[in-house]
Amino acid sequence: MGSLVARRLAFMVFVLWGITVVTFFLSRVVPGDPARLLAGPQASPREVAHLGHLYGLDAPLAVQYGRYLRDLAHGDLGFSFVTRRDVRTDIATFLPATVELAGYALLLGFVLALVVGTAAAYRRGTSTDAGGRLTAIAGLSLPAFWLALLLQLLFHTELGWFPLGGRLDPGTAPPPHITGLLTVDSLLTGHLGDFVGASEHLVLPVVTLAAGVYGLMVRIVRTSVLDALGEEYVRAAEAKGLSRWRVLRRHVLRNAMLPAVTVLGLEFGLLAGGVFVVESVFQWPGLGNYAFQAIQASDYNATLGATLVIAGMYVVINLIVDIAYLYLDPRIRYA
Amino acid sequence: MIDQGAVAGQGRLTSAAAGRLRGALRALGPFLLESRLNVAGVAIVTLVLLLAVFGPIGAPQNPDRINLLAVLQSPSIHHWFGTDNLGRDMFSRVLAGGRISVEVAAIILSLSVTFGTAVGILSGLVGGLVDEVVMRVTDLFLAFPGFILAAAIAATLGPSLQHTVLALAVVFWPWYTRLTRGQVLSLREREFVLAARVARAGTMWIATRHLVRNVLSIVVVQVSLDVGYAILATSSLSFLGLGAQPPSPEWGAIITEGRSYIQTAWWWSTFPGLALALTVLGFNLLGDGLRDWIDPRLRGSLGGVQE
Repeated sequence: MGSLVARRLAFMVFVLWGITVVTFFLSRVVPGDPARLLAGPQASPREVAHLGHLYGLDAPLAVQYGRYLRDLAHGDLGFSFVTRRDVRTDIATFLPATVELAGYALLLGFVLALVVGTAAAYRRGTSTDAGGRLTAIAGLSLPAFWLALLLQLLFHTELGWFPLGGRLDPGTAPPPHITGLLTVDSLLTGHLGDFVGASEHLVLPVVTLAAGVYGLMVRIVRTSVLDALGEEYVRAAEAKGLSRWRVLRRHVLRNAMLPAVTVLGLEFGLLAGGVFVVESVFQWPGLGNYAFQAIQASDYNATLGATLVIAGMYVVINLIVDIAYLYLDPRIRYA
Repeated sequence: MIDQGAVAGQGRLTSAAAGRLRGALRALGPFLLESRLNVAGVAIVTLVLLLAVFGPIGAPQNPDRINLLAVLQSPSIHHWFGTDNLGRDMFSRVLAGGRISVEVAAIILSLSVTFGTAVGILSGLVGGLVDEVVMRVTDLFLAFPGFILAAAIAATLGPSLQHTVLALAVVFWPWYTRLTRGQVLSLREREFVLAARVARAGTMWIATRHLVRNVLSIVVVQVSLDVGYAILATSSLSFLGLGAQPPSPEWGAIITEGRSYIQTAWWWSTFPGLALALTVLGFNLLGDGLRDWIDPRLRGSLGGVQE
């Protein structure tokens, strides 16, 4: 098992390196001169050339890549020409908003999928089952950006229940920074007003994102509950006269959770894509919005940094899932 | 999973193809009886395809015709889906957008399926170093969340519908390579391939004559699962301004245009979104049903490249 983990780790390093190659060369063929962007529209050609030289933008691409890797090894992601701050600082600023949004969406989608998927498996072949399948496919089919607009139209414009976007009402001071997650920080510091405000702002974007999470998860929960229901140990537990609820909780769900955990990697990929769109519609000051604006402004350091962080998290999460799977299920031995 | 008829009928290409078609039509009845959701899927997909082909011909207006005397009209008998700020008929634009979406999905999937399966079959068949390199390259592509990679490529190439198509094809192909390679690995030890090898058939011959048709059914199922996602991703990229640009009636592009009017002209973004949601739903229902139909044990996640 140790060698398996070591091999997965070595592979992860390879993939991370590959990601830097792909993103670096992608970002350097972007039309638009970063030195010009940095110098501003009024700068003379000489100033542009000077700044280009200062930041090493006139060096051959391979040299620039070498320097980028060297800085990266020191945890330096470079300088954003748009926000004029270190990309690392920017990402640290914007990441918590995305983590908070995606975390609640994952939680909501997962809990809903657990309930519906289990019900569908227990009532296999009935209309409950078909209904579960339909909602799962619908969750994956609804365009997130359209769902977001409809929710805004209904719950903000028409009913006035929830705010249009952002993390807090304009003019509201955020709670003291501890984790960067507003709902957590406001509770920790006793700012209940901020907690309510932050929660209200979370509802619509979280629901939008959760639709996809739910759609992907229902099917897996249903299948694994069905598989567990067919096992000897479940029949044995029922034969012992345990209550249905206890069998479900102790024997069925516990075993059915394993496959659900393994799709967390897939869920993360789905969330990463969804976050792009949802943050854009809800003006959510997160990493997706930051990356999107960086792409549009050809801010290559920011684009590269954000993509690297997202892809890196994706790779690490998949590695953790793989290793967790190895430990959780001793029957599994990877070839 | 493997069509035994095709294995037995090698060499009779045209009659085999005709037989396949007849077989597929004969299978339609039981497939529809299996579940009402299958009926819904087949019905929606048929409707979408018919509208994509004939819709723009029968559209009430030219989708680009500007009529400043009829701007921002709510849905009525004259304009079923209302009009936009230039008085263009939304119903006609939604129909035109449907054709674009279907065409775009067809091109994306043809590109990625052709390239992906070709690489996958050769990689599995040749094995060794070639296989190793191909697999590591696909690993690299699959290490990115698909939508982020597509967005980055589309942005790099410059926003346009053509570049979106290319970006999504780049995202999709590795999945087909992995899928077909896995199949080929199990197929290449089978008697009919060994027999061909004994008969001194070349790699290309074995790949084109024996393997392509055997991976076909699983590829078809995967395609049916991916069509919806291809349409959805194209529209999402257009919505973000990285794909089709206004005045194109691509659904995502229309929804972006209508976004700033959402408070006053709800119909503008609502109807193209509804068409998009229904279309994707139809293809996903069909793909999901097909997968269960072909192999009830094949119960994995929903779709291969859902991001």
